[in-house]
Amino acid sequence: MTPAPDLTVRGSAAIGDALLFARLTLTLAAGRWTCLLGGSGVGKTTILRLIAGLDTGAEFTGQITASDGQSVRERVAYMAQDDLLLPWATVARNVLLGARLRGEKPDLRRCDQLIERMRLQDHMTKKPGELSGGQRQRVALARTLMEDRPIVLLDEPFSALDARTRADMQDLAAEALQGRTVLLVTHDPGEAARLGQSIVVMTQNGITPCQPPHAPAPRKVDDLETLETQGALLRLLREEAA
Amino acid sequence: MKLLSGLAATLFALAIWQAIVSATGLPKFILPGPALVAETWWQNRWIIAEHTWVTAVEVIIGLACGTVLGVVTALQLANSRAARVLVQPMLVFTQALPVFALAPLLTLWLGYGLWSKVAMAVLIIYFPITSSFFDGLMRTPPGYLDLARTMQASRRAVLWHIRIPAALPSLASGMRLAAVYAPIGAVIGEWVGSSQGLGYLMLLANGRAKTDLMFAAMLTLGVFSILLHMVVRRATAGIAGETR
Ligand SMILES: Nc1ncnc2c1ncn2[C@@H]1O[C@H](COP(=O)(O)OP(=O)(O)O)[C@@H](O)[C@H]1O
Ligand SMILES: [Mg+2]
Repeated sequence: MTPAPDLTVRGSAAIGDALLFARLTLTLAAGRWTCLLGGSGVGKTTILRLIAGLDTGAEFTGQITASDGQSVRERVAYMAQDDLLLPWATVARNVLLGARLRGEKPDLRRCDQLIERMRLQDHMTKKPGELSGGQRQRVALARTLMEDRPIVLLDEPFSALDARTRADMQDLAAEALQGRTVLLVTHDPGEAARLGQSIVVMTQNGITPCQPPHAPAPRKVDDLETLETQGALLRLLREEAA
Repeated sequence: MKLLSGLAATLFALAIWQAIVSATGLPKFILPGPALVAETWWQNRWIIAEHTWVTAVEVIIGLACGTVLGVVTALQLANSRAARVLVQPMLVFTQALPVFALAPLLTLWLGYGLWSKVAMAVLIIYFPITSSFFDGLMRTPPGYLDLARTMQASRRAVLWHIRIPAALPSLASGMRLAAVYAPIGAVIGEWVGSSQGLGYLMLLANGRAKTDLMFAAMLTLGVFSILLHMVVRRATAGIAGETR
């Protein structure tokens, strides 16, 4: 894995004749979590998919660059709200999917370690259909970690989970993805306040950087400053939408 | 439970059949009753078995060849835009042709024996197999393809590890349809020209006003088709279940 780079998205996007977002500059600091917070439909997923080099419905004008000048899209790992586990493959085979798809020899030891780290060792030979939502997202996280990429793109990966499981997953992911350049796209101000080392609010009017709480992420769910930030972010979202 | 309800339905059908025979008093060369058909069936069991064997071989070879051909075609179509442009309209056209119309030609080309019947069965099941598997291959959940893209997967690897397994349930449903159609194909082939098989036996019996034997052969064909469908369903439930 190359060291995590800074990442800059600079440009505008349009769908047909309609502007999705005007020219903006979004910088993801190397080795840190950036939370991109916004209501649905503002273009968060579009930005994330542009970084990943995936198809979007939008026409993007601008550039996406890494501070070390190397290619971005070949160094990203991607995790979405849908866990995208293959239902016919076991947990272990799902974790090893990347190697299999590239025709590489799978690193079974690392796979075992990651599965253990995600507390999935009792489920290795199960199919995704036999797992709970939280367990499935842990498998998806193990698969993401298995890719060992310096840039990790998370598109609302925890939004379908219940509150407790979501908080657990946030802790687990924050710890496991330390040191990587992470973009977390979310519509949940609480999540952004807990996890963001930098927080950016996106609305129709563009993006606004916000002050994250001082405590190191992941912050306690009842940390006062974090709760205040959550409130402030929500207010910002509502004002901008009005 | 399923066995019991099947048995009940069979008894019910037999009762209606008998009721119609008794009520109308039709002569037995028009509509023989269930008892007579059963008796005829038993008396001719070895002849019927021989002809059933012939038809079964045609159907099973047809099913195997048709499945292989359909799977290969669907893979080609899914893999190449050129193939889709060139072959897909042709496929639809062959489907629009009545297969019955081709039966005499096939007999002319392939002779009276096994292969013209196999070809009929193949023709009739080729389209359902191809189109169901092809649809499955083209309907891979887009999220999987996105994921594979970020993993730098080759097209081949995506096809092999994602698109094909995701399409197996569709192939399985195509094969279940094929199991119902293949016997029809083989029997049509036999009607057009043959000296063996249940279709031949039915024509023969009909021609000699042995309506009871005709019924016995027809019911045997029905039972064979149901058994075949059950076997294929069982076999494909494995694949489809694995992938759900
Ligand atoms: N493939 C597409 N084709 C056309 N429009 C799209 C497509 N994908 C998304 N959009 C539109 O782009 C806008 C932004 O979508 P998206 O980036 O998914 O928003 P978000 O993730 O913030 O909810 C939405 O209005 C959506 O309808
Ligand atoms: Mg989105």
